[in-house]
Amino acid sequence: MKAFASLYWRLDATTSTTEKLAALTDYFHAAPDDDAACAVRLLSGGRQSRGVSTTLLRQWASEAAGIPLWLLEECYAQVGDLAETLALVLPGGAPPAATDGRGLAAWIRDTIEPLRDADDARKQEIVRDAWRRLGPEERIVWHKLITGGCRVGVSRTLVAKALAEVAGIDAAVMTHRLMGGIGDADDYRRLFSPEATEADSQRPYPFFLASALDEPAESLGPATEWQVEWKWDGARVQIVRRGGGCAVWTRGEELATDSFPEIAADAAALPAGTVLDGELLAAREGALLGFAALSRRIGRRRATKKVLADIPCVFVAYDLLEDSGHDIRGLPLGERRRRLEAVGLPVFPSGDARLQLSPRLDADTWADLAAARATARDRGVEGLMLKRLSSPYGTGRTRGDWWKWKTEPLEIDAVLLYAQAGHGRRAGLHSDYTLGVWHDGRLVTIAKAYSGLTDAEIVEVDRIVRATTLEKHGPVRICSPTLVFQLAFEGVSRSTRHKAGVAVRFPRIVRWRRDKQPADANSLADLVALIDAAASPGAVP
Amino acid sequence: MADLLELTPEGLYCRQGDFYVDPWRRVPRAVVTHAHADHARPGCDRYLCAARGKLVLRERIGGAAPIDTLRFGESISINGVTVSFHSAGHVLGSAQVRIEHAGVAWVVTGDYKLQADPTCDPFEHVEADVFVTESTFGLPIYRWAEPETVAAAINAWWRENQAAGRTSVILAYALGKAQRIAALVDPSIGPIVAHGAVMKMVRAYRDSGVRLPPIDGVPPRARRVGDGRALVIAPPSVAGSRWLRLFGETRVAPASGWMTVRGIRRRRGCERGFILSDHADFPGLLTAIEASRARRVLVTHGASESLARLLRERGFDAAPLATRFTGEPPPDGEGDAPPADEGDERDPDIADGAAA
Repeated sequence: MKAFASLYWRLDATTSTTEKLAALTDYFHAAPDDDAACAVRLLSGGRQSRGVSTTLLRQWASEAAGIPLWLLEECYAQVGDLAETLALVLPGGAPPAATDGRGLAAWIRDTIEPLRDADDARKQEIVRDAWRRLGPEERIVWHKLITGGCRVGVSRTLVAKALAEVAGIDAAVMTHRLMGGIGDADDYRRLFSPEATEADSQRPYPFFLASALDEPAESLGPATEWQVEWKWDGARVQIVRRGGGCAVWTRGEELATDSFPEIAADAAALPAGTVLDGELLAAREGALLGFAALSRRIGRRRATKKVLADIPCVFVAYDLLEDSGHDIRGLPLGERRRRLEAVGLPVFPSGDARLQLSPRLDADTWADLAAARATARDRGVEGLMLKRLSSPYGTGRTRGDWWKWKTEPLEIDAVLLYAQAGHGRRAGLHSDYTLGVWHDGRLVTIAKAYSGLTDAEIVEVDRIVRATTLEKHGPVRICSPTLVFQLAFEGVSRSTRHKAGVAVRFPRIVRWRRDKQPADANSLADLVALIDAAASPGAVP
Repeated sequence: MADLLELTPEGLYCRQGDFYVDPWRRVPRAVVTHAHADHARPGCDRYLCAARGKLVLRERIGGAAPIDTLRFGESISINGVTVSFHSAGHVLGSAQVRIEHAGVAWVVTGDYKLQADPTCDPFEHVEADVFVTESTFGLPIYRWAEPETVAAAINAWWRENQAAGRTSVILAYALGKAQRIAALVDPSIGPIVAHGAVMKMVRAYRDSGVRLPPIDGVPPRARRVGDGRALVIAPPSVAGSRWLRLFGETRVAPASGWMTVRGIRRRRGCERGFILSDHADFPGLLTAIEASRARRVLVTHGASESLARLLRERGFDAAPLATRFTGEPPPDGEGDAPPADEGDERDPDIADGAAA
């Protein structure tokens, strides 16, 4: 635990990739295999299931610290990180020399896994015992483990690079081997195998990710050099069909084969040695059911008959990564597309076929494509994908060859009503805003949003929030309405769960309208008009 | 019976004695706890402070307004109100003001700390009926390590930087923290260099009889200072400024109680920060409040609302008191402030950030 905690703090202390890489390689060189396997899992964004609620942790920590619970909440509002808050209020930990010598794997086995099935009294014993055995800095890391996340600003790519360096193999091979996750020490040891291993056989390829297009499309050169598709509002997956098996992998590297058995069953008929990249969509008879419907499928480990009937899904393929057992990611997209079409999938929308082909929308001019993009919202898609025909299939988010050209967001002006202290580097600053619009002479809340302001603006808004606070409810301040923000969002729909009766999708602040007074903000009627203007979901592309 | 102190637009006012404690506007008579800018403003007709702090106060407020002084523990009568100063341990000459009238005593702590500090007199526990306390770090997350432990960490960091040929820069308030750090670190490691704003106060400290290790100023129009061996002490406003380029490759670390919180460290973009404060930590505040034996506690700047609530739950008659003292404001808003160059007259304590 000590070694992993010091790795955590070394990674936390620097923004330099070189120094992070050095910290990781030092750790992997020294760590026992079982500890290293856990570390890879955690650093790659894997989560421990949460074995104890944060409510209980807060309660026990406030008892141990001899402070009331509300005061712990005030501390949390200032610190912006629960793991850190708990560690800061707890009475002095074990001195560094006396802390427990168990490794990360043993700590997870002895103090984290048993939490899941223990009753509250036993949980409390485990937690208190851990607090006694850990130093203050180790406690923070341990709290992060038991509360389910351990993000520390390293990418999977960087973890792969460090492991590749330690193993003395190519980073791309390592990235591939890491796909699908690391379970135990044996998995970890296999990472270091000099030759291709059996377990490699069902692994997906690292996903190539698109960047948002923030320049005019004309800057990309002639439109004819680009393959254009709809940007689907679904779940990105790879279908890996090798040997006798078939697997569906999500972009989060989770195996989703059992959640989408009908897709996997049809995919099993593909020739062995085929890997498709594409999107899972909820759709019936070619009509899209929307992302909310799909998420009900993704959320289930195993699909029941009822959910299969209620929410039919299709896979639309847009790239071929492996053809007849050959990795063809290095071929230009134009050639990969030719081979993909040769697989013979019907073009979407084609009734209830489970595997379909994402259509090409190529056009000669950007103006024609802009016209197509303008219809995207009505079709229930997010915009266009632009992929350079000459480009290979890359890894990660390399800019230049794949662009998301999303529809223009909808926008309104809304008034700041509540503000809450933020987290991480915005700890202690009121940076999470609840915004409202006018309705019957009153302001009604319609969205929570936080991104889009500069750091300096956030500090300034924080000052105004403090100066105009009407009421404080824990970390939330109700302010007198003085500030107007331009709010962008991807869509708006009626909702019974929201007080205002509407729900906006992906709201974010675009800019601070210093030129506007609250009276100039939009009304609920303006928002409702946007719903009515949009076509009903489920339109056929 | 009327309160001995009331909140007016000018500041805390003692009607019975017709004087103000740490007024934030110009008034005829100011009783000043210490020379930090949120407590001592220039422009009053007459000042009263602890004798140990006279030179520092003069350096801060300038001008020629008379500064009367009292030794710690000595008392005088102002219009029938007895006033005395008692060491607050915050910076050189910092005092708690005790005010007594008709058998009732109030103590205004100003800023204070209970930790030892070689550059100022130790905190003295004073009993009172009403205790007006600061609460800059009045949350239980703030608990300071021993200064020696922090000094050892600074020394180790300085040596490490030195070995790599990098100048170590510590960001600290020009008055108080800077001198304390100079006195805490091991001067045998290398030269100690200070920003002009710090040097002014170093001179005032030495003239007041405080012993400090050798500290070099930065010569005017210097193009390059030192060879990566030095420890530079500068006000927080130099962060990211041209002035820092004088030292070649640097490592910069603030020394402040706020460095406790990782989010604040990250926001400052610091890889390193030292948790060293001239304010009382949470247990220190509670200790001082208990020792005052006061039943009534008024809590000023900082976590005043939550500390007052906690005290109420523990049986005190406690309430927040809305002063304009900022104590040590959380380090935000520096992005807006222009960097302080050598000779800049702006007060680094104010330039450091927004009011909390």
